[in-house]
Amino acid sequence: MATTIPPPEPEALPLPKRPQLSGAGNSGGYDFIPADGSLKVAEQFSPAPSSSAIWVGIAAICMSFAALTSALIVRQGASSDWRHITLPPILFFSTFVILVSSGTLEVARRHVAAYMTGRATHVESPRLWLYLTLGLGLLFVTSQYMAWLQLRAQGLYLATNPNSSFFYVFTAIHALHVLGGLAGLLRVIGKLNHSTLRRSTLDATAYYWHFMGVLWVYLFALLWMRI
Amino acid sequence: MARLLAVTIIVIAIVSAIPVIMHTWEAPADISTHGQMIDDQMADTMIEAGVSFLAAQILLALFIWKSPTNKPGPEGKFKVFPGGAKGLIIASIVLVGVEVLALGAFGSKAWARVYFTPPAADAMPIQVQAGQFAFYFRYPGKDGKFGPIHPEMISEATQNLFGLDPEHDVESRDDVVAAELAIPVNKEIHLLMHAKDVSHSFYVPALRIHQDFVPGLDVSVHFTATKVGKYEIVCSQLCGLGHYNMRAYLEVMSPEDFDDWQKKQAAAQ
Amino acid sequence: MHDKPAVSTAPAVVHGPPTTFISKHVFSLDHKVIGKQYYALALVAVLTGMGLSWLMRIHLGWNDLAIPGLQAFSPNGAPGGVMTPELYLRIMTMHATFMVFFVLTTAPFAAFGNFFLPIQVGAEDMPFPHFNMMSFWTTFVAFCVLVSAFFTSEGPPLSGWTAYAPLSAIGKDAGPGQGTGQVIWAAAIGIFCIGQLLGALNFISTVLDMRCKGMTLKRLPVTAWAWFITSCMGLTAFAVLMPATILLILDHVAGTSFFISSGLVINDQLVPHSGGSTLLWQHLFWFFGHPEVYIAIVPGMGIITHVLITNMRRPMVSMKAILYSMWALAFLSYMVYGHHMFVSGMNPFSSLVFSFPTLMITIPSTVLVLIWIGSLYGSRIRINAASLFALGFISMFVTGGVSGFFLAQPSIDIMLHATYFVVGHFHMVMGVAAIFGIFSGTYFWFPKMTGRMMNDTLGKVHFWLTFVGTYCTFMPFHYLGWAANVRRYSAFTDDYLKPLIPLHQFITIAALFTGAVQLIFLYNLAHSLFRGAPAPANPWEGTSLEWAMPSPPPWNNFGGKDPVVYHDADQYGVKTASGTDYIMQDSPEPSPTGC
Repeated sequence: MATTIPPPEPEALPLPKRPQLSGAGNSGGYDFIPADGSLKVAEQFSPAPSSSAIWVGIAAICMSFAALTSALIVRQGASSDWRHITLPPILFFSTFVILVSSGTLEVARRHVAAYMTGRATHVESPRLWLYLTLGLGLLFVTSQYMAWLQLRAQGLYLATNPNSSFFYVFTAIHALHVLGGLAGLLRVIGKLNHSTLRRSTLDATAYYWHFMGVLWVYLFALLWMRI
Repeated sequence: MARLLAVTIIVIAIVSAIPVIMHTWEAPADISTHGQMIDDQMADTMIEAGVSFLAAQILLALFIWKSPTNKPGPEGKFKVFPGGAKGLIIASIVLVGVEVLALGAFGSKAWARVYFTPPAADAMPIQVQAGQFAFYFRYPGKDGKFGPIHPEMISEATQNLFGLDPEHDVESRDDVVAAELAIPVNKEIHLLMHAKDVSHSFYVPALRIHQDFVPGLDVSVHFTATKVGKYEIVCSQLCGLGHYNMRAYLEVMSPEDFDDWQKKQAAAQ
Repeated sequence: MHDKPAVSTAPAVVHGPPTTFISKHVFSLDHKVIGKQYYALALVAVLTGMGLSWLMRIHLGWNDLAIPGLQAFSPNGAPGGVMTPELYLRIMTMHATFMVFFVLTTAPFAAFGNFFLPIQVGAEDMPFPHFNMMSFWTTFVAFCVLVSAFFTSEGPPLSGWTAYAPLSAIGKDAGPGQGTGQVIWAAAIGIFCIGQLLGALNFISTVLDMRCKGMTLKRLPVTAWAWFITSCMGLTAFAVLMPATILLILDHVAGTSFFISSGLVINDQLVPHSGGSTLLWQHLFWFFGHPEVYIAIVPGMGIITHVLITNMRRPMVSMKAILYSMWALAFLSYMVYGHHMFVSGMNPFSSLVFSFPTLMITIPSTVLVLIWIGSLYGSRIRINAASLFALGFISMFVTGGVSGFFLAQPSIDIMLHATYFVVGHFHMVMGVAAIFGIFSGTYFWFPKMTGRMMNDTLGKVHFWLTFVGTYCTFMPFHYLGWAANVRRYSAFTDDYLKPLIPLHQFITIAALFTGAVQLIFLYNLAHSLFRGAPAPANPWEGTSLEWAMPSPPPWNNFGGKDPVVYHDADQYGVKTASGTDYIMQDSPEPSPTGC
């Protein structure tokens, strides 16, 4: 079904046009990044559901953490067994790492986005930035693991007191979601290497990753204040 | 077949309403001072709900009944409900929504009567402890004070059901523990509720009192019984395999009988 | 690497045709196959759940009756075939869990929604077919995990589908099945949540992004709206239940104290937990639990509206009112969950605060009912099994709805809380009404799903017996509730409950009868699947896109073409050039009513 048309010249980059149908649904015009890394504009009239689905997914994750937050507040109010614990300082390092990784991924996303919207005529492969993000993401998870080891060394286990219970639950569920983001990143890199990558896939992965960073900052602040 | 459905709906609606109108199955008669408000609210709601139920079912049946004879007009269109959607929406809001909200607003008086009025200063404190699968009641004795509960001392084996420590706690020494709730008639009772293991509920249909026990949180209710007699207290919160059999008796006595009962209990312990 | 087409102008193909038996029927990416898989799962679950309800009913009617074969099913739970109280509670728990999660959530939402939502919006498939496949198989795993509770030495839990802590959190000391059984239950529910979240994600994206040319939001059929609203609720509700089940499991296996408070004593032993909150579980559970009720019923509302306009040959008096009412229900469902907790020990002021939004639910519900009834006025409805069940739905929804007047008021809840009145209320509205919606949808869409017609006469017989049978079964529940009959009792030994036993026996007979009647449906389903008359593309003369394709549809729905939509799905009762009284959504013929 796919028909090949000659790729346009790099200097004659038209903006991708969204099909304007009166009364049409929001079928979108989105772009492909071809596998060989020399990016060319293409138009296709199928929608890019990942661009809205990612917000839907983020909404669901927000609900889960909102539920956990209210659980923390209710549990704290329910009993007087809440003892403040000192959070492992390595968490600052984690925070730094995930924020920087957000930056590296954003660089990759912007490069592609600028090219695809016609604001740049040439783009290097975003592969390097993606690998960097992947490395930083793994470093973040490792750093979280180190934080658990440090807590364990203080004698604070999952069931030791409600603070540590909530600390482990929050960080573990967040780390699982980060690992999910890393899987998405691997998929993006794989697509870049072996097939066509949609810009919307990269965008969605980047938004999810930024959300993981924001979520971590929120959790860190919450844990800092409450635990 | 449409007509058969219409008739069936009407028959079902009327047959369903008969036991309600005939009061075939009713809750035990009220014996409390606040119960009348709840019963009145129930009766009002019954009328409101009954009228809505019958009206909606009859209207549904009526339109189904007429359905086979309806004919489309010259344009191929069927007749539209007079008033259209606007009429129907206004009818829903005015005929049902406002009524039900008003009903709820008036009903909150009954709720307030039970939950927002503090117990009288001279209300008689009694503690009830719910555990799998029995209620136990504790009276404070002459000093009017309950000794503290020591959960680690609770033992069915030694019949220390409340985990009392009379050796160390002065208040515990004259506390009286019973397996039935004996109360004097026309005297306000302040019931302090304590859960031993899991959630239970204190439900006395005749008293119009229903309150869950919350493990880790002591809640209380207060009530005044107006009629001497023996009534059932049941657990209505699923608490385990013996849930169906978890009950105690509420014994409402004349003040003289109650004094005798208290003396007997104190002597027995 | 370079031989791929660099640029493609063709519409993106979501996935290719299935090539092997496994990819066609088992691990299929096709939303239609996944829809049928969900339907099959719901069918297995509903039969299991109904079988369990029979056992419960027999035990409640005749307490000492030995049920043949029950001893083989549970040697310890039923010595000599007579059910023990703990077996009764286990069966009750599993009955509710099967029905609420694996029937009422999967059948109207996941099964029909999967099959018809992409078709109705004019898409080739859901946007994420792999997620969709995972959604079903995750749900299937959840089902298997739940069923496995029957085969552990401890057996299934007995704490009900609401699994109130601390009974559900303490562990095996709290009661038979409360250890491993309860963990299995919580794990199954947690897994189920994942499946439904993946499904909801797909549904929402389908409606937002996969609509074909001309399919504006205004032109979406009412069923598509219903599934969209349901998936919005599912997304938020299951996202709250899942962390709650994780916390519950941790209380069991990791020794944490989220839900277990201090100083609890079981068997004269202090429970080694402290400080947890009993009410926390109830808040988290009901925040999920109330929207769940609407997850069960809203797709049914969509289905019967769809069935009714097709069979009345006219649009509803106001489709807008129906859509806004469904949105209002979804919105209100988050503000009312506290009405499950009026006497739970929650602040009594909160009870009052929760009671008013609860009472407000009557307004959108009444609007829905009056629009349905008002649309019947003056119309000539085609009577078939699907439309009969749709009319039955309205009657059931009214009956189940008015009992809500009582339960929304905290003062009356003092009398009716945890009685059979509550059981009657939710069985009427989310049990029977929702199942009538499923039946209506089944009779209506079976030709499209399988390519064969169902036997309409048998369908009508099924309707009549079910309609009368369900009223006989569930109406008396309300009388029991008024007489203060407490629920979740395996026997009625209290003095004031003993006189009610004959009524229980009547219910048992009615329930056995109604259950047996469902064999007609099963026979019809199985027989029609293989022997039914071949179905035409549009047997009911419908307008929505599912009727614009052959029955059953090909793997890629529209045969690789892009459908274009010109009308909403309400174009009934018009005079067309070809002499029909309806215009299909994808027909370019101008409509007198516009839109």
